[in-house]
This record gives sequence, structure tokens and C-alpha cells, in this order.
Amino acid sequence: MSGMQVQEKKTVTLGSLWRDKKSRGVIMQIIAVIGILLFLGNIVSNTVENLDRLGVKVGFDFLTEPANYDINQTLIEYDSSDSHFRAGLVGLLNTLLVAACGIVVATILGFTAGVLRLSHNFVLNRLMQVYVEITRNVPVLLQILLWHGIIIHSLPVPKKAEAIMDVVFATNRGVFLPQPIPQEGFGWVWIALLVAIVFAVLFKRYANKVQVETGKLIPAIWIGAAAIVGLPLIVFMLLGAPVEMSYPALKGFNFKGGFVIKPEFMALWFALSLYTGAFIAEIVRAGIQSVSHGQTEAAHALGIRPNFTMRLVVIPQAMRVIIPPLISQYLNLTKNSSLAIAIGYMDLVATIGGISLNQTGRALESMGIVLGIYLFISLFISALMNLYNKRVALVSR
Amino acid sequence: MSTETKNYEPGMHPALPPPANSVGPVRWMRDNLFSSASNTFLTLLGVYLVYLILPPFVQWAFIDSVVLGAESRKECLAIMGEDRGACWSFVYRRWGQFVYGFYPMEERWRVNVAFILTAITIAVVLIEKLRANKQILIAGVLLPVASYFLIVGGSFGLVDVPTNKMGGILLTLIVGLSGIFVSLPISIMLALSRISKLPIFSIMATIFIEFIRGVPLITLLFIASTLLSYFLPPGSNFDLLLRVLIMVTIFSAAYIAEVIRGGLAAIPTGQYEAADALGLSYWQSMRLIILPQALKISIPGIVGSFIGLFKDTTLVVIIGLLDPLGIGMAAISTTEWAGLSTELYVFIGLFFFIFCFGMSRYSMHLEKKLHTGHNN
Repeated sequence: MSGMQVQEKKTVTLGSLWRDKKSRGVIMQIIAVIGILLFLGNIVSNTVENLDRLGVKVGFDFLTEPANYDINQTLIEYDSSDSHFRAGLVGLLNTLLVAACGIVVATILGFTAGVLRLSHNFVLNRLMQVYVEITRNVPVLLQILLWHGIIIHSLPVPKKAEAIMDVVFATNRGVFLPQPIPQEGFGWVWIALLVAIVFAVLFKRYANKVQVETGKLIPAIWIGAAAIVGLPLIVFMLLGAPVEMSYPALKGFNFKGGFVIKPEFMALWFALSLYTGAFIAEIVRAGIQSVSHGQTEAAHALGIRPNFTMRLVVIPQAMRVIIPPLISQYLNLTKNSSLAIAIGYMDLVATIGGISLNQTGRALESMGIVLGIYLFISLFISALMNLYNKRVALVSR
Repeated sequence: MSTETKNYEPGMHPALPPPANSVGPVRWMRDNLFSSASNTFLTLLGVYLVYLILPPFVQWAFIDSVVLGAESRKECLAIMGEDRGACWSFVYRRWGQFVYGFYPMEERWRVNVAFILTAITIAVVLIEKLRANKQILIAGVLLPVASYFLIVGGSFGLVDVPTNKMGGILLTLIVGLSGIFVSLPISIMLALSRISKLPIFSIMATIFIEFIRGVPLITLLFIASTLLSYFLPPGSNFDLLLRVLIMVTIFSAAYIAEVIRGGLAAIPTGQYEAADALGLSYWQSMRLIILPQALKISIPGIVGSFIGLFKDTTLVVIIGLLDPLGIGMAAISTTEWAGLSTELYVFIGLFFFIFCFGMSRYSMHLEKKLHTGHNN
């Protein structure tokens, strides 16, 4: 009798499916998928209809057409008869350049400020606090505009520029520096540099091994640094300095020759470095503070000198806390570099997502490319970070 | 007689003052500022830096500046004699625009009332005693609806004000506050779906969050201004401000969702299991057990995201909305005030600094207060 009832209860009705946790989950997921598909389908059909109505073609063929606009800072050769694709590439390289330069300076600034923020020196730690609080709490767009304004307004026009050490000219059209142009045979210097780097890495490993086995310390970092600087220099001298310098010279209203750092680049670089540096300073401070004081005391009790305590005990443990948010600050800096458009630095957004978009009217494709590239950079770096996190994760016992 | 030493019982001698050279400002300075050669050098360098930056800035911004008198930059220069101080007059002359944008003059009282209502809402949310009373809380949270009707108009006998008239601080507050209010519930949903055991929900939430967090806000704003009209049914044409609000909302929702996910991850599994053991349904356990704890520990992070969002509202100037920065840029492109960009950026910077610094202090205060319970 009771078995019969159980049998009856097993008959599947909509109600019983809904009451069962597992099947309800499946039902809800199916509903969600249908909902999303309907939503996306609606967007696609709207887009197709709108494009049809406006008579706009969809496709990436516009990338091969000539761009017909100039870019004021190009890392690879480019002129206005080149394709939109090449213009976009120039823009992407400009984005990567300012991001890389910004990351280097922001890291140095951030680590310095973060460490000084913890120093007992009242003047320094207050100074750093003021720097951090001001830059963190003012929109980065404003800082970019401010630096751009300062550079444009405070530096002289090229005609009135005075030389610094005879060869450097700081003007409101950019800072002009002498540019070394490598001549024949310069390739050997690069090779020497590569060899020196490989040597330094191997030597450091060897030194670590020696230290683990015998406890003897070899100043591998200094020796490595000496090799990296020295070897290419020696090769360079032996080859008879195969470099010709191109010096900037005033021609008409502007300087010709030499190497120029554009004011737009400088403004963006300063502003992004200062802004991100402030965030990094806070991360570094929190990281160092997160290492419990017992660690320092234990190191001192073992007779390790304060300098080594910092380097071998505190910093390695702090790095575990510092690195993940640090990487996400690097990503933020890269994304913030898109604000370049406000001061006319031709980055990815300003080229392919700006002028190319406006000239060809291919909004869908251009924005798709821009979003895709940023997404790729972000996901690539997040993937690297996840790998790192797995490697350094605390193994709990 | 005075040299006579008094005899004390062992242990009863009153504490003597510390030796003179181990206390006081001199000792403090020796310990903190001049403890070593390198430290002394850094101290002097720091002082020199302050000397290099602070006096000229004070001179420029306060002593040599012209605040009220002038009608144009030329008059400023005439008053100063030469170009050496700041000319704040344009802020004073354009104050109305900085606050209200191009909101019609005779309707500005509505904005003022809305500002007051918003201030009340914020007070209710922030002050614990008010928050504890449910009726006050509900009333406080409903006030923004009233503010909406006040500002937009078109009902209750109020004149309709088109959104392109809204600008200045009003616009910043509209974008910032409605962004945070609307994105909070969305972000809770996103965070819950991302950690959900149902794979479809967690995959969809993950894709959405990572996509939004992977691209710069400015590209999303470009989508709002150029592409969004493609995605909507033909012929529908809705307001630029509304499009921007949608983008800002989903942008901050993605970031806040990650903060809340962190809060959820910090809740011990025992809490989930206890809720299950009590026989609570998923929604009951979330509403009564998990979310109250998770949201509490996420508050500092949420405030942090809000500060970020508030600063990011300046980006709307790039797609042509007139926030305070946009208003100011328009002002300094006129012939009267041309060339006052530094003054403008310093002024707007100060405005954002006051708000953001205040909020970050509040968040630190909260962090201290919330640092209780099982998270040590």
C-alpha cells in the first residue's frame, strides 16, 4: 500500500519538477538560456534592420583602404596613404608604448612612495601621504589635461628654446634629444647584450646554488649588472663606436632631426605614472604591513641583519600580497591610457576607434576591433596572473 | 635640608621624569628626522621640495589671485598688473553653470530641493541611528524617486526640462548617484550568479563581468554614443544621458559584483551549511544569513568602487556631455576667459578631491568599525 503511494508520488508533474531542487535548477537554466538567446536575437535583428535601412555594409574590407590621415607619433613607418589597418597598428603600438613607459615609472614611484610612507621620517612620510591622497582623489582625466596644459604653456616655442647641455631642447612642441643612429656592425652590440643577460641569469642561479650548499654569498646581482652594462660597452668600443648621432637643429618654426618626445606623450606618461603610482604606493604599504611583525623579530633573533631581513624575509612574503593588485593596477593604467583621446595622443582608441571610425562610418567593426584588443590584453594578463597566484599560493598545512 | 634624601619603602619611590635628552622635540627630531646621514639628506630634500612647490603655489592661488572683481581675463590681468596669479573670477561668474549646467534659471529651485532630498537620503543611509528605523529608511530610499520627478519634470505641473540642459555638478551627481543606486541590486545578482552552482548562470555572469572589466569605460561610452542606436528597434531614439547612464550602470555593476563576490567568498562555509540545516530555501538563506554578512564586509570595497565611479564621471565630457569639466572647458574657450586652463583644472580637481577624500575617509572609518567578528 505504502509502496503504491510512493509510486504515485513519482509521477512527474510540472509542480513536482519545480519543487525538486535539481530539476528546478535545470529548468531555470533553460529559461535563462532562452531569455538570453531571445535578447541577443532581438539585438542582432535590430542591428541588421538598422544597417539595411541606412544602407551600411558590414565587413572588414575598409581596413585595407588608405587611411588619409596623419599620426603625430609613429613607432613604425607610416604616412597618410597607408591603410586603416596600419593606422590601427600604429595606434596600438602607441598605446603599448605609453603603457609600458607608464608601468615602469609608476612601479618605481609606487614602491618608493609606499616604502617611504612607512618610514619613521616624519617629513617624508607626510610628503608621500599628501602625494598619494591628492593624486588618488582627483580624476585621472583632469590630471592628464593639467599636465598637458602645463607642458604646452610653460615650455617655450621652438624659436625661443634654449639648449640644455648644447643638444637637448625642451619646447612646447616636444623635447628634442640627440638620436643615436646605429651604423653597420651595431648588431654585435645587441648580441653582446643578449649574451650578458643570459650569463647574468645563469650566474645568479649558480650563486643561489652555492649559497644553499655552502652558505657563501656571491654578489651575483652586482656581477650580473656589471656584465650587462660592461660587455656591450666593450664590444661597442672594440667596434669603434659604430653610431652616428643625429642632433636636433632649428629649421623654420620647428626642430628637425634628433629624437622627439611629444608633449602629448609626456603629459599622458606623467599623469598615468603619477596616478597609478599613488595606488601602487598604497598596495605596497598594505603588503609590507601584512607581513606579521613576528617574522621580522624571528629574523632578528636568528641574527639576520636588518637589510637582509627586509630582502630575504619581509619582501618575499609581502610580494605575495602585492603582486595580484599590482597587476590589476597595470591593467588599469593600460585601460586609462585610452583617455589619450582627450589631448590628441594617437592611441588605439583615437586611431581605429576615432578617426578611422568617423571617416569610414564603420562603427560596428571599428569598436569591435578596439574592444577585442583591450579584452585580449586584459584576459592575457589575467591568465598570467592566475598562473603566478597558483605558483605562490600558500600551501596550508 | 633640601639635599636630605627621603627614605622610601622598597617599590614606593614615585616615578622620576625620563632623562631630559630622551624626550621632547629635540630628541624626536633626532630619532625621526636626522637619525642617519641618508635620513638627514632625505629630510632636507623633502623640505626643499615643499619649499619649491608650496610657496609659489600659495602665492599664485591665494596671494596674487583675483577672485571676485573681474569680468574677463583682461580685467584680471589689469588688476594683477602682470600675469602672475590665478584668475578665479570665471568660477565666480559661471558659478550657476558649474552647479546647474543650462538648467532654466527659474526652475533651479527644483534642483536645489532635489539636492536637499539627496542629502537627506545620504544621511539616512550613512547614519546608523536613522538607518535602524525601518520607516525612515524606506522613506529615505524613496526620496530619490521624488528627486527624479523634480529634476526631469513633465508631471505634477512641473515644466519638462530636456536632459541636454542638465550639466555641471548636477550632472555629475545624476550620473554618479544613479549609477551606484541602480547598479547595487544588479551587482548583487551578478555576484550571486557568478558563484552559483548552476553552470549556465555562472558562465554568463563571468563572461559579462570579465568583458566589462576588460575594456576601458571610454569605449563603453563611445558605444553608448555611436553604437547603441544600432541595437535598438528602428526608429527608437532615446536620450544620450539615458544611454550614458545605462553604460555607467553596467560598468559599475561589474566592478561592484567582484567586490561583493569577495565578500561572499569570505563567509565561512559553515554559514551556508547552517542555513541549509535550518531548512531555509536558497533565497531565504541568502536574504537572511549570507548577504547581510557579505554586504557588511563589502561596504569599504563598494565605497571604493563608488569613488572610482565618481571620478570616472568626468569621462562623459569626451562624448560631449557638460559635466563641471565640460562647462569649464566651454567657459575657457570663450574670448573673455581664454587661457585659464590651469585655474579650471585646479578648481575642478579641488571639487573632486573634497568629495573623494571625504568618502575615502568615511570608508576607512567604516573599515575600522566593521573589523569585528571572525575575519582575523
